[in-house]
Amino acid sequence: MRAAPAMAETVPITIAVNGVERTGDAEPRTHLADFLRHHLGLTGTHIGCEHGVCGACTVLVDGETARSCLMFAVQANGRSITTIEGVAEADLLHPIQAALSKHHGLQCGYCTPGIVMTLIELQRDLAGEPITEPAVRKALSGNLCRCTGYQGMVDAALEVLNAGQDQEVRP
Amino acid sequence: MKPAPFHYHAPSTRMEALQLLTELEDARVLAGGQSLVPMLNLRLAAPENLIDLNGVADLAGIVMEGRRLTIGAMTRQRHGERSGLVREACPLLAHALSHVGHQQTRNRGTIGGSIAHMDPTAELPVVACAMDAVVVLESARGTREVPFAQWSDGYLATAIGPGEIVAAIAFPCWPAGHGWAFEEVTRRGEGYSIVSVVALLSMGADGTVDRCAIAIGGLGAAPVRADAAEAVLTGVAPGDEAIAQAGEAASELEAEGDLYAHEAFKRHLAKQLTLRALRSARDRAHAGGTGHG
Repeated sequence: MRAAPAMAETVPITIAVNGVERTGDAEPRTHLADFLRHHLGLTGTHIGCEHGVCGACTVLVDGETARSCLMFAVQANGRSITTIEGVAEADLLHPIQAALSKHHGLQCGYCTPGIVMTLIELQRDLAGEPITEPAVRKALSGNLCRCTGYQGMVDAALEVLNAGQDQEVRP
Repeated sequence: MKPAPFHYHAPSTRMEALQLLTELEDARVLAGGQSLVPMLNLRLAAPENLIDLNGVADLAGIVMEGRRLTIGAMTRQRHGERSGLVREACPLLAHALSHVGHQQTRNRGTIGGSIAHMDPTAELPVVACAMDAVVVLESARGTREVPFAQWSDGYLATAIGPGEIVAAIAFPCWPAGHGWAFEEVTRRGEGYSIVSVVALLSMGADGTVDRCAIAIGGLGAAPVRADAAEAVLTGVAPGDEAIAQAGEAASELEAEGDLYAHEAFKRHLAKQLTLRALRSARDRAHAGGTGHG
């Protein structure tokens, strides 16, 4: 038998989440998604497959999308994380959220937080350049949705991403 | 599921990392985590110690030395995909990287991790196979280089030894004006490929092929070179007839069937993708070999 590390072995973790410094203690094996949900109470980040396939747990790590089930909370120490809780401004939905609502780009909503984070990164990378439907579908290929058939979210993405430079880009 | 408990180590230098790897028992090295962490979550792997290389800064980076493009193991796949240097010196590699996983995984996944994991369906090993890449290994004992042809040691296994880490991958670049192509068939447009083919062509002033490399992934545990197909094309003009013969030769390679694809279907894909890749590589060579994706 291997000498298993004690379950209680924890490390202190400090992460800037949605611009606010948050601290907690977690076992090294705690992945970022669980840390956000169970330690910080930010349950907007959803866990689907827990092995990096479904994309529901996608968050931004220093501005770049990442599967938060494939990253340990300890690895996020000192980093800046954006979750779905950080994209709207008070009662004003992010334009991508508003467009998903308008185009029926969600049904059960379980995958939606991941979809929004993916589209936020895509919007930033495009920097105002237009995008085609196949490119939107490729970008969304890492987020599984079993309700919508994707058409609504593709329509929503095309409307927001092709709105031009005058479209406000947040966060 | 959640990973089994492990001791977490975060070295900040190579020496520290290699020392830990030598001293600790039952240790695994963590790079981008896009293959290892799923295995930990599913408890297919449960090492006692995890050595995280993400804090070792000088393991990432892209440098051109002569005609050799050396990519540090911890370089993110997304970084390689977007690198101006990679696009210029080795457009094939930049293009193939855009097919690895999804953007969310390429942001974290590393070049070295992909080469070390050697998933039979992965894109990067097919490129490394076609380009005769060299895997640079480091241990507390020193550095050694393994030609890619000697890298695979069966399913998900490599020539890496105890105490060693993949430090870099070196790609000998083809001359300016070469033609290249990457073609794959996947189950749903993105994600895991069933079969993928890389073709590289270099043509002389008389229009005949003076050098040709064709690598095929997905047929077995590791990518293979289509030697017979390469031989068909070398020394002749890459016309449709010669390319058709090369495709036939590629279809005669051995293939292992799996849950998703029968071996005859894989050999069919090997042929069709070889035809597509060779036509595309030839057209790029005629156009001066420029252009990414």
